[in-house]
Formats: sequence, C-alpha cells, structure tokens
Amino acid sequence: MQRAFPWHLIFFLAPAVLIYTVFSAYPLFDTLRLSFFTDSDSGERSFSGLSNFATLLGNAVWSGAFWNAMWNNTQFFLIHLLVQNPIGLGLAALLSLKGLSGARTYRTLIFLPTLLSVVIIGFIWQLILSPLWGVSENFLYALGLGQFFDAWLGKESSALITLSLISVWQFIGIPMMLIYASLLSIPDELLEAAKVDGASPLRIFWRIKIPLILPTLGLVTILTFVGNFNTFELVYAVKGALAGPDYSTDIMGTFFYRTFFGYQSQLGSATMGATVATMMFLVILMGVMAYFYLIQRRLTRYQL
Amino acid sequence: MTPSYRYQEKARMGLVHLALLGYTLIALFPIALVIINSFKSRSAIFNDPLALPDTTSFTLIGYTKVLQESDILLYFGNSLLVTVIPLFLVLLFGAMAAWALSEYRFRGSRLLALFLAMGIMVPIRLGTVSILETMVTLNLVNTHMALILVYTAMGLPLAIFILTEFIGQVPNELKEAARCDGISEIRLFFQIILPLVRPAVATVAVFTMVPMWNDLWFPLILAPGDATRTIQLGVQQFIGQYATDWNSVLAALSLAVLPILVLYVFFSQQLISGLTSGAVK
Repeated sequence: MQRAFPWHLIFFLAPAVLIYTVFSAYPLFDTLRLSFFTDSDSGERSFSGLSNFATLLGNAVWSGAFWNAMWNNTQFFLIHLLVQNPIGLGLAALLSLKGLSGARTYRTLIFLPTLLSVVIIGFIWQLILSPLWGVSENFLYALGLGQFFDAWLGKESSALITLSLISVWQFIGIPMMLIYASLLSIPDELLEAAKVDGASPLRIFWRIKIPLILPTLGLVTILTFVGNFNTFELVYAVKGALAGPDYSTDIMGTFFYRTFFGYQSQLGSATMGATVATMMFLVILMGVMAYFYLIQRRLTRYQL
Repeated sequence: MTPSYRYQEKARMGLVHLALLGYTLIALFPIALVIINSFKSRSAIFNDPLALPDTTSFTLIGYTKVLQESDILLYFGNSLLVTVIPLFLVLLFGAMAAWALSEYRFRGSRLLALFLAMGIMVPIRLGTVSILETMVTLNLVNTHMALILVYTAMGLPLAIFILTEFIGQVPNELKEAARCDGISEIRLFFQIILPLVRPAVATVAVFTMVPMWNDLWFPLILAPGDATRTIQLGVQQFIGQYATDWNSVLAALSLAVLPILVLYVFFSQQLISGLTSGAVK
C-alpha cells in the first residue's frame, strides 16, 4: 500500500516554521556569522576572522566600554536575584497560606505593574524620584528619613542601583506567581503530616516547602538571568542611549544599541553590533547551559 | 481548638494581611499618583501631589494638549495593528504547528520541536542586526509589516510549546471517531480540535500580547517613522520633547497605561489562572 504524501503536515507546519525561521532563527545565525566580517568604508563586506572580537576585547576604548556594560549588567542581575526573588518568595509564601481571605485580590493587584510597559514605568519613577516634584522627598521627611533623600537617578554612585530597584518593583509579580503556583501544588497530606509531627510553620517552610519548590526557584533564576541580560528599555527610557551619568547605567542592551546604531560622534557598525550581540548570546547560552546541566539535573530528584 | 489558640491565629492572619496590604500599596501607589495628578492643575500637582483633584484644581489641560500636539491616536492605532494581527497569526499558526507536532509522528519531529523551542530561551533581539538587513532588502523598513512579521516570529515558540501540551491532552477516541466519519485532517483540526482548546488559546493570547504591546526595541529600530510609530515610542518621544510640561507628561503616561488597565480589569482572572496552572508544567 502506498502512503499519500503528507500534504496536511506541510499545511499545518509550513506557516509557523517559515516565519520563525526567516525572522528569528536565521537572523540569529546570520548575526553570529556577521561577527566574523568587517564593512569597509565603501560598504564592502569582507571576512575578517576574529578581528572584531580582538577589537572588542583588546582595544582599550572598546574593552573598557564592554566590561563596564558587562559588570553593570551583572550588578543589575545580582540585585534582581537578591531582592526581587526573595521578596517574590515571601509574598508567594504569604499568599499561599491556608485560610487567607482576599488572596486573589492581592495577587491580581501586585501583579499589575508587571504588565505595564517598561518605558512608562521608567518615566513614572523618574517623576516620583525627581527632586523637582519632591514627592519622595516629602515622603521620607514624613518618615523622619528626610536627610537620606538624594537625586538618586542622577548620581553615578546610585543610578544603577536605583534603576535595578525600579525594575525589581515592576517585575516582582513574575517570581511571585511562579513560586505561588508551585507552593499550591504541594500536596496537603505532606504538610498535614509535618504538622501532626509537631513541626512549626517556619520549620515546615524551610525544611519541606523550600526543598520541594527548588526547581521553580531555579527556573525563576534562569528567567531573571535571560531577561536581565537582554533588557534595554528601562535604561534607554530613563537615561537615554548614553546611559549616564558617565555610562554608570550602561548595560549590554544599551551598549549593543549604541554600537549598532551609533550615537553622537560615533558611527554605528552592523558588524561590531553583531559582535556585541554574539557576546550577549554566549553569556545567555552559558547561563542556560549552566541551568540545564547543573541546577536542573540536580534538582529533578526533589520533584514530586 | 482553645480560644487563646484561635486568638493567636487571628493575630497572625492580621499581620499577614498587613504585610500584603503594605506591598499592594507599594505596587499601586506610583501608578495611582500619576493618574490622579494628570487631572490636576500645575500648581496643585506641585503644592499637594497627594490630594485628589477637586473643583478648583481639576483640569483636562494635559489631555487636550497631548491630543492636540501629538498624533497619539494614530500611535494607538499603530500599536493596535501591530499587536492584534501578529496575535492572530501566532495563535492560528501556533495552534496548527502544535497540532502537527503532537499528533503526527514523522522523521525529525523531535528535532523540529527543539528547533522551535530554542526561540523561548534565546531572545529574538540578538538577531536584530540581521533582521534590519533583511527588512532593508525586502523594502519593509518603516512599515507595519516589518513589526507584524517580527512579532509573529517572536510569539510563536512559546505559543507552540504551551499549545502542544494542551492539544496532546485531547482524548484519542474523539479524533478516531471523527476520522471514522471520513473527515479530512484539516477539517478535523479546525472543526473539532481548535474549539476544544479554546481556553488554552486564550491564555496564550495574553502571554503573547503583552510583550508585543509594550515593546520599544523593534519600533525604535525597524519603524521609527511618524506614520508607523507605536504608542510606546510615541510617548517616549513626546515626553522627551515636553519634559517640562508636567500636565502633558502626566496625561501622556496615563493615556499609555489606560488600555492595559482596562484590559486587565476584564481579563485578570483568565491571565492569572493561566499563569498559575501553566507554571508548574
């Protein structure tokens, strides 16, 4: 018996595969390829081996800017990891308590900022922290902390931390929701058994719940990592492409944008842009691989 | 249960409510502050930012200015266009591909699924250099089509991944019964499978829509022209221009927030139940 050619298979798969390949997968590989090429002044493109990478990492001006953006981005990520995820965990733990009324309303409201545009959030906080308006200054005075107020977003020493905390404020809903869902999936019998054995709520939390939701905490970490090393909007909206003051808020996304598009006196370069994108790809790839090989493999044995 | 124990329990719940209420305020206060002040006169904005607008301080001057001096309605239209069309395409093509991947065994199907799943972890932005060059070649720079194509490609991987799980749960008897009636594979999908997975499609819709609506990166690079400018880019440039005009800035921000707020009021339950059920898988 001869089988008909599976036309229906082509029909179902072709549109998605075609659009995804042409506008997502191919551009990614093509960008990696472009990082090995250089454009001459006349616009001719020629293979140049690793010379772009040598410039990016060897030339003092380039490498200074690159490592500055990389280090700032790492700090941006660490602040998310150390502030956003623990608070998200805390909120999720409270929300998942048995017999809490209004949990649905709380989680709906706390999740709201996550849905709003980063651009809008950036501007809103810029206004609130502005010494011109004085809302946050008066607020701190009311709490008796007035002397601590400063133009945080304008200072080299505090701008990056302030931006990170704004981002934490916006995206706390994601770890909260993921961890909340994971906490709800722990079987009641398990918690009841621990309670009968006389374990305190705090002990149940640390010794039973936390180990059981470790896979979710790992997932939250890798999602935060990928998101942070690919973000751009917040810094661009609040500080512009120059990521001031004096590049103190420059992260990989803004560095990529300037390299590719140019700014002020520096001309943009497609191939150098592709080189920066390739470095970002390698960082994200390392993070994702570390997650799959180390964390995920170790953690699966706790899964229910 | 002894009375003192119950009292203790009540006190503890009170503290929990206090903590959650406190954080809810932190989450909502900045947004509320901007919306409230967008309806106030300039002097009221600065003299008493926390007060609600009253008969003397109420004004719509910021809103009239935004509507007069920027093409904000056009920007809304543009955003709507480059969100709704890709959304439709992602749901349709995503569901079709998910059905093929979960229903038919063919050589390379696992590899294909992996290839598509790659897009979930690797951000599409990293391919921007090449995407722009492709758009230049296709003569699509500063068109809605450029954003529609990129957003469709951006939304497909996660949509296919989630929908494959759901379509896999459709009972086999149902499909076999339909096939016995001699229905074609294509009609089977559109008339039986698609209606069955409608709730999952709705969940995916919300996940897909928000990043498209909120994106600034691709409008900035692929379609910065005035005719195709999206709301995020429009607001960003308007605020850059009118930075000292607080009424206009606050009004523009409120206008940009409003559509999502309205949608959220209607769809928050759907979104959150989707998040909490899909998350553990």
